[in-house]
Amino acid sequence: MTDSTIAAPAKRRGVPMWAQIIIWVVLLGLLAMVAVALRRTQQGTVQPGDKIPDFAMPLFTGYGMNGGQQVKLSDLRGKVVIVNFWASWCKPCEQEAADLRTAWDSYKDTGKVVFVGVDYVDTEPEARAYLEKFGIQYSNGPDLGTKVSQLFRIKGVPETYFIDQQGVLRRVQVGPFTSVDDIKAVIDPMLR
Amino acid sequence: MWPEIGYGILVIAFLVALYSVGAAVYGERKRSPAWIESARRAMLLLWPLITLGAATLIYMLLTDHYEVSFVYQVTSRSMPAYLKITAWWGGQAGSLVFWSWLMSAFASLVTLRKWDRDREFLPWVIVVTSITTAFFLGLVVFYENPFARFWQTVDGNVITSMWAPANTTLMVAQDGRGLNPLLRHPGMIIHPPMLYLGFVSFVIPYAFAMAALITGRTDDRWIRLTRRWTLWAWLFLSTGLVLGSRWAYDVLGWGGFWGWDPVEIAALMPWLTGTAFLHSVMIQEKRGLLKQWNMILVILTYALVIFGTFLTRSGVLSSVHAFAQSAIGPAFFAFIGATFITSIGLVIYRWPDLRGETELKSLLSREALFLLNNLLFMSVLVVCFWGVIFPLISELVTGQKVTVGPPFYNHATGPLFASLMLLMGVAPLSAWGKSTWQTLGRAIWKPALAALVVTALIFVYYTRLAIPLLGFYLVALVICVTVYEYWRGARARHRSKGENFFLAFGRLTARNPRRYGGYFVHISMMLMAVGIMGINMFQIDTQATVPVNGALKLGEYSVKYESIAQFDAADNRQVTRAVVGVYDDKGDYLGELHPRIDYYPDAQQNMTIPGERATLTDDLYVLLVDWQPATANGATFKIFVNPLVNWLWIGAIIFWIGALIAVLIPDREPERLAVPEAQRVPQPGVAD
Amino acid sequence: MTRSRFLLVVLGLSALMALCLPAQRAFAQKPTPSDDEVNRIAHQLYCPVCENTPLDVCPTEACRQWRDLIRQQLSQGWTEDQIKQYFADQYGARVLAEPPRTGMNWLVYILPPLVIVAGAFLLLRAMHNWTKPAAQSPAPGQEEPSDEYVARLEEELKKRS
Repeated sequence: MTDSTIAAPAKRRGVPMWAQIIIWVVLLGLLAMVAVALRRTQQGTVQPGDKIPDFAMPLFTGYGMNGGQQVKLSDLRGKVVIVNFWASWCKPCEQEAADLRTAWDSYKDTGKVVFVGVDYVDTEPEARAYLEKFGIQYSNGPDLGTKVSQLFRIKGVPETYFIDQQGVLRRVQVGPFTSVDDIKAVIDPMLR
Repeated sequence: MWPEIGYGILVIAFLVALYSVGAAVYGERKRSPAWIESARRAMLLLWPLITLGAATLIYMLLTDHYEVSFVYQVTSRSMPAYLKITAWWGGQAGSLVFWSWLMSAFASLVTLRKWDRDREFLPWVIVVTSITTAFFLGLVVFYENPFARFWQTVDGNVITSMWAPANTTLMVAQDGRGLNPLLRHPGMIIHPPMLYLGFVSFVIPYAFAMAALITGRTDDRWIRLTRRWTLWAWLFLSTGLVLGSRWAYDVLGWGGFWGWDPVEIAALMPWLTGTAFLHSVMIQEKRGLLKQWNMILVILTYALVIFGTFLTRSGVLSSVHAFAQSAIGPAFFAFIGATFITSIGLVIYRWPDLRGETELKSLLSREALFLLNNLLFMSVLVVCFWGVIFPLISELVTGQKVTVGPPFYNHATGPLFASLMLLMGVAPLSAWGKSTWQTLGRAIWKPALAALVVTALIFVYYTRLAIPLLGFYLVALVICVTVYEYWRGARARHRSKGENFFLAFGRLTARNPRRYGGYFVHISMMLMAVGIMGINMFQIDTQATVPVNGALKLGEYSVKYESIAQFDAADNRQVTRAVVGVYDDKGDYLGELHPRIDYYPDAQQNMTIPGERATLTDDLYVLLVDWQPATANGATFKIFVNPLVNWLWIGAIIFWIGALIAVLIPDREPERLAVPEAQRVPQPGVAD
Repeated sequence: MTRSRFLLVVLGLSALMALCLPAQRAFAQKPTPSDDEVNRIAHQLYCPVCENTPLDVCPTEACRQWRDLIRQQLSQGWTEDQIKQYFADQYGARVLAEPPRTGMNWLVYILPPLVIVAGAFLLLRAMHNWTKPAAQSPAPGQEEPSDEYVARLEEELKKRS
């Protein structure tokens, strides 16, 4: 074997420009994507002060709102909206279920407060059993495709979100409420 | 007292590592051997320091110091002492210290050798290894401190911090939470250390590659210096992967050993490029080709190591294996970004200097087939990488979370692995430099025929399905070809030297350890392939609830539920243990198995431990899924029959033998078959 | 409907069916699906809550409910695809073992083959460039692979002596 047939060594051919561009674009694109994904994991739930984007959610039969079978956040503008994420398999959720029902009973006739229960990743028969067990009658629906929970970026259940009349989030409660008074203590200031 | 001491030591180590980097760079710039020597000494100081820091941590783990948050998280009073020690790597903070400890150990080993001929590499190797050690120590010191303690405020809140915040008192818990029960298993004890050994040792070849690029010494030297390191690193990584699989099989209770979980894949990816590198480096040594490609492969392997570590520990990936989300994500990301950009920049800068004499005599030569080997490994890598990254991309672009699971990987990598097996059968028979269809044909027809005979027997006695038969044929082909190669070599020695076959065999291996150790490894891989094919293609399972004395039938086995008992074990576990009798289809009694459910009250978690009956032909794997107290229906069992799976573990043991042959026996192979004068590297074949 | 009502309906229907029994056995009520049938489908789904755990393996209470749901759906005669689609609609696409072949998800399946083929093409081109000089060198002598080892050994022996 001899080297006599090697390409002319006179000029040093570096990496061609088109290849360099592709390499850097791919690398920086990958890094950018990972950075965004990282930021997203570091992000917590939606925070007070954030405007909640509009969403629509179907409701269980018998748990509709104003006769309709779905709820849209934009339709509820002008009222205080309490969005509560729960699941029938979630033991801590049961601690606050009765309190939520009592709170709803005290506000439902004012017409200024709306409670919406979002059933996170659950099965309908079990969900209904749960709702009946605690006598909950406010609007409740399944979080189809986990769209709503992804919107709020929940980290688990139960979590409760208090949205004011302009659609801006005012308070996040991670974990169950320990008493009805705690719930009212959040809602009453918002009504003034 | 102890937490302050431990933390202080690690802070000092961090500063020493930074000093080492600075001194090395300064010494290199100013061409001052004194400064470089100072940097080297500083780096040698790191391992003793980190050992001391780790020792204080282990001491606290052993002596129930539950005011320390890490000790609380990973130990409990009921754990035996040996598990408390292994809890060192059972959580994020401790495992970062463990990583630093290993990193400094390897860096020290590397710098302890004689550096006379390679003085220009030394500063840069120190820089790279010390930066890496400093980074991991920095993560510990600033983000994930294993010495942080619990402080209680007046109104009952608990703050975790290193130093006491104002108006707080030290809070000492009565008992710890205990190591995750899944980790309290012999396999789990050794799997992380093996994996980390594999990961960390890949830093060394990377450091030398960087040194070669920075100094412009782009000839073979860096590869020769790190050849043995790379082999050891690859060996440790392979062992870590196998042990992880064995642990998953024994303890996770889903009857399989590999789930294509993103974290598993993150460990597999460096192994793929590492294997490709092991092969293509032989081409560079024999024929001087592929300098650019080898440089890329080493950098890619290291990049995948740290990228995989980042994905696992930052919470970006969703996985059963992943550490809980932590604050180290952004820092790690910055480290990765800097590493990728610097490495790629350097490679592009030195690209022209890496050109070798690129001459390929024939497309069937061994070089060409090794190139094909690399292409196939890189293809598997592309599939794996894309499968891991795609869910991230999908969530970012469409907001929709998707799972890329086993069907995708199995369909995509199946043909690729089959092609690799075919290559393993052909490549040993092709010659360096020149091969034609005729020469290959003449060499291969005998083993190919033998393999066909074996496959025909399998067809008659075992299975008629096409794809498994193809798989078995390829396995048989590789084994026949490899044995044939051995036999030809031994016969040549026998003819020319009159040695008997056994002596010829031994001498052959001793003279050419890398080649024949490599053949051993190929054979072991084929045994593992038999196990993998058996379980993937022929696994059967069933689940049913049976009353006492009821039986489940599966394949040739009948499993009879005999009794169940509940008791407390020594380390506070509540054990529910079922006794089942195993019978074959003729009604003969084969033995007794004890599947059980262990409940760990401190961690509030269940572990399902299967009862396994292992033979060469298959594994009977019985799980206790559920049970009801004596009155009611009985117990629910899930049974698997996993054919041939034990060949996977047998193959792994033989793999170790082959790899040890390749790495421990000094190499006396001649360097090149033909080396042009201009390219001759000025050194004899000294084993490092 | 509530669970008790559902059971009543099922019983009523089975009673009706029992009346039709003698004529066509095929129309009879499906027996309760076995664990194996449930697991066969659950194996292809992932637990919506736990990380990356297949549904047939997951030990939590929620997963048990989901397996019971599959059992119910099977006994109602749902097909495998219907069940998988239901789960995907209810819980999102990530419960499926493979991304559904819609929209951007096609990239998962298309990109790897493309990249691999591109890589193969690049490699072939490089190898072609590298073999060109060989074409100019004179025809090689005869190879004797079976004696290659002897030749190499002799070469080695010469070097050592």
